[in-house]
Formats: sequence, C-alpha cells, structure tokens
Amino acid sequence: MITAERKPLEEIIDYVKPFKRILLLGCNECVTVCAAGGRKEVGLLASGLQMAMLKAGSSIEIREHTLERQCDPEYVEELVPMIDGADAILSMACGCGVQQLAMRFKDKPVFPAVNTKFMGGSQRQGVWDERCQGCGDCLLGITGGICPIARCAKQLMNGPCGGSCDGKCEIGEDVECAWHLIWERLKALGLQDRYLEIMPAKDWRPAGGAGPRKIIREDLAE
Amino acid sequence: MESFEPVIVAFCCHYCAYTAADMAGSQRLPYPSNVKIVRVPCSGKVDALHILKAFEKGADGVYVAGCLEGDCHFKNGNDKAARRVDYVKRYLEEIGIESERLMMVRMSAGMGARFAQVATEMTEKIRRLGPSPIKAAAA
Ligand code: SF4
Repeated sequence: MITAERKPLEEIIDYVKPFKRILLLGCNECVTVCAAGGRKEVGLLASGLQMAMLKAGSSIEIREHTLERQCDPEYVEELVPMIDGADAILSMACGCGVQQLAMRFKDKPVFPAVNTKFMGGSQRQGVWDERCQGCGDCLLGITGGICPIARCAKQLMNGPCGGSCDGKCEIGEDVECAWHLIWERLKALGLQDRYLEIMPAKDWRPAGGAGPRKIIREDLAE
Repeated sequence: MESFEPVIVAFCCHYCAYTAADMAGSQRLPYPSNVKIVRVPCSGKVDALHILKAFEKGADGVYVAGCLEGDCHFKNGNDKAARRVDYVKRYLEEIGIESERLMMVRMSAGMGARFAQVATEMTEKIRRLGPSPIKAAAA
C-alpha cells in the first residue's frame, strides 16, 4: 500500500487559515489502512483544527467526507454537489488523490494534510516498512523476493557493500542489510548460484528516469 | 476563577473503574460531582476521537480508567488504551491544550477508595489548571 503520515497541525493550519469553509476529504484505501487519512483520521483532524482555530480566535467551517478512492475520477465526481460550499479542499489522501482533486476542481485551492511516504507492507499492527520503489523492472524474481532497490540504502545491484555487519546495514542498527537477507534467502532456497551472477547496471528509465510514467491498456482505455 | 467548577469526563471500564465507582458509592466515600462517568465495555474501546470530542464539547479534563496491568478482561485493552492516551496527549499539545488535562489511570473493581481518590485528585489538578483553553475561547 501507499503509506502516509499526517503533517504537523501547524503546517495544516497555515494552509487553511485564509479560508472560511473547508472540505476535508479522506480516502477509504491505503491511507485508511495505514491510519493516516481514513474516516477516523478525518474526524480527528477536523476536531483538532476546530479547537486550534477557536483557540487562535478564529473559526472555520469544516465539512468532512471520505471517498472510496481519491485517485479515481468516478469517485471524485461525487464531490460536485459539495464543492460550491467550500472555499478550499484539504485532502488526507496520498499525493495521487490530492492531484486528482486539483485537476478536477481547477478553481479550488487544494492542500495536502498528509505526507505521502512510501510503498510498504505492514509488519505488525502500527508498523510499516518500505518494500517497493516502483522501479518499473521488478528484480524480486532473481533476488529471492527481497528488493535491493527499496531496501538497500545504496540500491546496490551486487551487494553487500563493506558496511554490512552481522546482518545489519551500516546506516543503522535497526536496519537489516537487504543483501544479507538476499544471500540468506537464496541459500535457504538452494539458489546460491544466482548470487554469483553479476547483475548489470540498472536501467533507471522505467523507474522514472525518462520522465513521468504512464500505462495505457489499449483494451481498457476509452 | 475562584468559582470555577471543572467538567471532567471519566471513561470507565465496566470491569474495573465503573465497578470501583459503585464500590465507592456503597462505601459512602465521597468524590467530586465534577466527574462525569461514561461506562465503556473496556478501556480499549475508548477511541482518540471520543477523547477529542469530549474536549471539543467543553470538558476541562478527561481520564480513561482501565484495569490493573495484566488484568484486562479482554487481554490487553488497557495497554492499548494507555498507548492511545499518550498519542492523544501529543496531539493535544499540537492543538494547544495542556496534555496534563488527559490522564490514564488503572484500578481494580474493588478499589472504591482509589476511585474516589483519583476523582478528587484529577478535579483538584484541573481546578488549578483552570478552564480548558477551548472552553475559554468559546466563552
Ligand atoms: S549494508 Fe547492505 S543494505 Fe546497507 S548499503 Fe550495504 S549492501 Fe546495502
């Protein structure tokens, strides 16, 4: 999923304070699962904003709404009847949702209430780790299902580097060395031979190095 | 400020603090009427939003009362509640509300005297802090 974290309240207040009526929008997808921008977080932010503004001697009208998905135009369309009642939109979705809103409602200021962080997996309740950088050319089939692009600090294609120590990365004791994990996993699978193959330098064009990426499915596109 | 009577919301677990409040009553132990009890099936049921809404609607102080360590009827709802209280305390500071206005306490069903003591201490503490800045701003 795409993970996110709420921005500091102070920054959010700076965005919305010139406006009287705010449409605060959550998203039912990734940001709900990572407890950053679902219906509950919308409620918490609305309540916190109301109180902080009141304390600062001003008032704000907040309408709360959570879309099924902010990154799909058909759901964004639901907002049309509400949009005239708002001076600005505050979105708790990831950056994709925020931009979808900005594209659809050209005359409304749209502000992000969260920082979109990374594509990750949930390790346990309340803990998410980065797992994928969307490099466009998945290597997991040859690296034992462990990604050196997302999980090695140097994004080495042929690791580990000299900083790997007791399975930990040199950047911090709580960071596992991706290449150590890859080696252990290949060994467990009896695929050590894979490790000996030198991987060529990565082509970063599919990773975004050739500009913004796009997928067009001819069979689906209208 | 002399006449300030704080409004305090106490979210009390049915299996401990709520029963302790009953116990305080049957033992004729007085505690301040400032404390308004909301019975919950477990302190772990208390959501950040419940706490925030209490402050938004005018509470000067809030506490969540759960079972003693290791005694939760639902395994660890009390520990979850304690972590949630810490989280909301940090959020309250961001909003501009003193985090001391929120507290997690633990007791067993038999601790009537402790219930009365916590209610009294919390009321005194909030009385010293004065009205919640939200209530003051709304007035
Ligand atoms: S220690 Fe491992 S994870 Fe860290 S930079 Fe070196 S190879 Fe990558």
